[in-house]
Amino acid sequence: MFGNFQPASVEYLRFLPEILLSAFGIIIMMLEAVSKGKRTYLGVIALIGIAAAFAANAWAYFNGGPAFQNMILIDGYGAFFRGLVLVVGFLCILAAFSYLEREHAQTGEYYALILFSLVGQCILSTSTDLIMVFIGLEISSIATYILAGFLRDDTRNNESALKYFLLGSFATAFLLYGIAWIYGLTGSTNLEEIRRGLTQGTQPLVLIGLAAALLFVGFAFKVSVAPFQVWTPDVYQGAAAPVTAFLSAGPKAAAFAIFFRVFLTSFRPFSDRWLPLVWGCALATMIIGNFAALLQTNIKRLLGYSSIAHAGYVMIAFTAASQIGTAAAMFYLASYALMNIGAFAIISHIAGRNERHVKLEDLAGLGRREPVISALLAVFVFSLIGVPLTGGFFGKFYVFQAALNSHLVWLTVLGLINSAIAAYYYLKILLAVYMQEPATIAQESLPAPAPSLLVAIWASAIGTLFLGIFPSAVLSFASLSAAPFR
Amino acid sequence: MILWLIPLFPLIGFLLNGLFGRRISKSLVSVIAVGSVAVSFLYVIALLARIWPVATPYAEHDFTWIQSGFLQIGFDLFVDRLNTVMLLVVTGVGLIIHVYSIGYMHDEDSYYRFFSYLNLFMFFMLLLVLSSNLLLMFVGWEGVGLCSYLLIGYYFREDFATNAGNKAFIFNRIGDFGFSLGIFLTAITFKTLDFGKIAAAVATMPIEAKAGALTAITVLLFIGATGKSAQIPLYVWLPDAMAGPTPVSALIHAATMVTAGVYMVARVSFLYDHAPVAMTLVAVIGLFTAVMAATIGMAQTDIKRVYAYSTISQLGYMFLGAGVGAYSAGIFHLMTHAFFKALLFLGAGSVIHGLGGEQDLRHMGGLRRAMPITFYTLGIASLAISGFPGFSGFFSKDAILSAAYTNAPWMFWIGAITAGLTAFYVFRAYFLAFFGSYRGHHHPHESPRIITIPLIVLAILAAGGGFINVPAWLSPQLPMHGQENGTAMAISAAFGIIGIIVAWFLYVARPSLAESARNALGPIYSLVFHKYFVDELYQGAVRKPVEGISRLVLWRGVDENVIDNSFVNGLGRTIRGWGALLRHLQSGSIRNYATWVFAGSLLVIFVLGLVGGLR
Amino acid sequence: MLPPVPLSWYLVLSVILFALGVAGFLYRKSVITVFMSIELMLNAVNLSFVSFSYELKRVDGHIYSFFVMVVAAAEAAVGLAIILTVFKNRGTLQIDEVDSMKL
Repeated sequence: MFGNFQPASVEYLRFLPEILLSAFGIIIMMLEAVSKGKRTYLGVIALIGIAAAFAANAWAYFNGGPAFQNMILIDGYGAFFRGLVLVVGFLCILAAFSYLEREHAQTGEYYALILFSLVGQCILSTSTDLIMVFIGLEISSIATYILAGFLRDDTRNNESALKYFLLGSFATAFLLYGIAWIYGLTGSTNLEEIRRGLTQGTQPLVLIGLAAALLFVGFAFKVSVAPFQVWTPDVYQGAAAPVTAFLSAGPKAAAFAIFFRVFLTSFRPFSDRWLPLVWGCALATMIIGNFAALLQTNIKRLLGYSSIAHAGYVMIAFTAASQIGTAAAMFYLASYALMNIGAFAIISHIAGRNERHVKLEDLAGLGRREPVISALLAVFVFSLIGVPLTGGFFGKFYVFQAALNSHLVWLTVLGLINSAIAAYYYLKILLAVYMQEPATIAQESLPAPAPSLLVAIWASAIGTLFLGIFPSAVLSFASLSAAPFR
Repeated sequence: MILWLIPLFPLIGFLLNGLFGRRISKSLVSVIAVGSVAVSFLYVIALLARIWPVATPYAEHDFTWIQSGFLQIGFDLFVDRLNTVMLLVVTGVGLIIHVYSIGYMHDEDSYYRFFSYLNLFMFFMLLLVLSSNLLLMFVGWEGVGLCSYLLIGYYFREDFATNAGNKAFIFNRIGDFGFSLGIFLTAITFKTLDFGKIAAAVATMPIEAKAGALTAITVLLFIGATGKSAQIPLYVWLPDAMAGPTPVSALIHAATMVTAGVYMVARVSFLYDHAPVAMTLVAVIGLFTAVMAATIGMAQTDIKRVYAYSTISQLGYMFLGAGVGAYSAGIFHLMTHAFFKALLFLGAGSVIHGLGGEQDLRHMGGLRRAMPITFYTLGIASLAISGFPGFSGFFSKDAILSAAYTNAPWMFWIGAITAGLTAFYVFRAYFLAFFGSYRGHHHPHESPRIITIPLIVLAILAAGGGFINVPAWLSPQLPMHGQENGTAMAISAAFGIIGIIVAWFLYVARPSLAESARNALGPIYSLVFHKYFVDELYQGAVRKPVEGISRLVLWRGVDENVIDNSFVNGLGRTIRGWGALLRHLQSGSIRNYATWVFAGSLLVIFVLGLVGGLR
Repeated sequence: MLPPVPLSWYLVLSVILFALGVAGFLYRKSVITVFMSIELMLNAVNLSFVSFSYELKRVDGHIYSFFVMVVAAAEAAVGLAIILTVFKNRGTLQIDEVDSMKL
């Protein structure tokens, strides 16, 4: 096994997206040090870097296979999530230009940090080795800890970063401890070898369960599944709106990718033992997310709780533990990422300087003042509710279909009830936009949204509608890629 | 000819008015809105002329919408004899009401908003009618619900309208929940959602094997229908929905959207035919809804509410027809009802318009001289709904009652008595409004021609619509068992006429009698006047217990001032009560959060390490 | 020569260290101490990595422990920076006083 340490060049090419992102990130950091005045061009460089990484990812998909001693594997599943997080990063950079300008925080760091975080998420999407999982998770997390507190002088940003950092590290320690135990039990960190080691070996089930539980804690924390969801609303509320958009879409999708991969590969033989737990977590997550969201008056916090609820729906797909379940989760995460980024991008625009206007009542009368922006917001909210002809509808449709196919009748019923309840608080947003008079007449008029922001919003809206009208393209790719995880 | 153009025209109207409506003149808005519906209507006529007599369904596959595992669902539209009726009703009555709205809504500020919503509604309704699979139908189903919500809350400056919108939305969500479960169950059972393929699968499969599944599917779908078509137990939203503008009540909450449930049941009649339990359920629910709503309608004083309860009651008739296997009779009644009920609402709208917004019957009276056209057209509509021989309602109602007699005589008798009650309360409202002396303050005047012409057109349809023999037209697709029953027809017509005469006595000839009758009936009257206390029951059964629990758990109590007369507010408060419990999770302190994470870890370790490990 | 220390002793020590780290996180009031508790947890993990590696007679566990140390160092750099900005803006390092966002 020590015969060939020298990786073949194709293996570097399969890893090219990560290499490109890192290189562009470093370049941006260096240019930041030497540049004076406007720094928007650094963002453009970052966009180019992401686009290049996206192309490299496409290339890697068509030349897929393992790399670096089976540390990573480029398959359809990995390429799907790598592509997804790259799209997320692209949109979040586009949405941030005018925001950073407004907050006088136009520095290269933001773009570099997004790129570095994307490196971690790309690694997470493709890794097949627990050590790579750990490293990918940490690269992604450390960058996002900083992003959460990006506006250094804003106390909400500070608090958000501190909470995210302390609790995130706390959970990561659990995950790492789980990895150590798995290593001790099987002598390996490779997912396939772990599976073999666990099925052939004679390790006590108690210890396997313990190690799996520790891993579960780490992943469940990152995807904010109950009972590990507590940090989510605070961090989402505190962070800058474009960062929140990124947090709720990118790291979450990547963490779900690896959550599925680890549990449906390594621990698949024991699935009847851990699936009941996933069942319970799915239910608890939906209920907590939806019911707590009903009370919110702060839009960012409301969407934070809603993101918890959406994680619950993905967990339903997880409970199905089938190929169509995994495919449904992939579709769901893609549509969720688009609609959430769109919604947060609009909120970052409406919020105004220092994010003063993030209450529901601040939306009052928006339908009159900004008809186009309001209509786009309505598209995203409808998608979050799951109204037909939007991506959110098919996300839910596939998830529930997968669940029924795995005979999870009760979970489906409870999930449907939950999504019916959820409509109530999403409607509060629309109610404010279209059916309320502005409370204060002296509300400052919003400047016209910057073209870059509009591009990000329109792209998300078109993507959301595309997934709602022509879901087949994405879904068939997802179900093809999900074949290994049944 | 291309089918998807039919819903596309109103969609274009919606987009144009929605995006630019604020900047263009009111007349251009009306041209776009009415024009798009008119084009749709003409297109439907042209299409039908082309494919007449629609012997085989005219189908169109636009694109493959979903391809997932075993399910393949196309964006497929089709026209057969059943939805031909629906298409003509929706576009035809829709067009008339659009024209009427130009006059009725003329003084509104957000004129364009109203018409863009109305066009959007037309788009979804046509999609619902044209779709050839359950999922696409669901798209339309949800869409019309959304438009209904938006239009009920059109006068959003008034709390009542917003609450009514919320109530409609919540009750429809309950129904949709059943409907979506039914769709999922259909997908799992038949591996397809296409109507034609399901019908073929049902025909060939051994019935004993799947009787349970069929019953479950049909009952779940019917739950959806009770929400959308306002049947027991989900009917309570419809009377409140009258908070919307009157043309909306006519189009959405009388003529088209609320009949979607009946159409859906007829559309999947091949499923219901194999589920006798569900059939009986449909018939019984329909019958009881008809009786109950009719009795409530007798004591209402708001003219629109009277007609709202009558809509619920007439929808009950349609379900009775479907439930006894006479789907074509149900659809027949659906069509005639669309004519006369739209006319009733538009006439009521004309009265309200002429009286400067007055809706209370107690402040009307003697309007027959001031508003002659409204008087005559509304009279025709009232005769039609009462099943007066020769008018449209007579034929369709008797088709249903004859079928009910063949099925079970007791159903016929209850239905016939209800016909009498219907005639009574409709004419009560009519007499109170147009006869006697004027009891209001505003100076009444006849409405402008843009309002009265639609009334006249609808009056012609309401009078003569019964001669369109819908059951014969549908017989290749939905055959009627049993034949016309002359005795039954005579009996129900007699009940109707008796109802009219009693109303005449109580409200025109001897008005003092009405007062003493009300006093004599004391408790019963109060029961009916308060709508059998169903709203209060829902509050008591759902809101109070939940509130009690959350109060116990929360020990600080929710809000002392819990007396609130709106169920929706109560529901919202209940949900907030639950939420407050969950909020204890979220104290803001990092150490508290870490404790939760740690406790969660212990739980997961316990579940996986010990419970799962030792098993 | 003494008999070699059995694997289980190392593992028990690692569990104890991990538990101390958790307890420290939950019960200490200063942000800095809380942060140190996390480091303690990571070191407990390192101990188990090394002892497993020794037991399995494989070298990769040792290398993993270096990975963990590197990542912990990066985390420390970022973490201390975050703590510093919090201190700058609020003038406190008491963990319970950072709770403006709640419910």
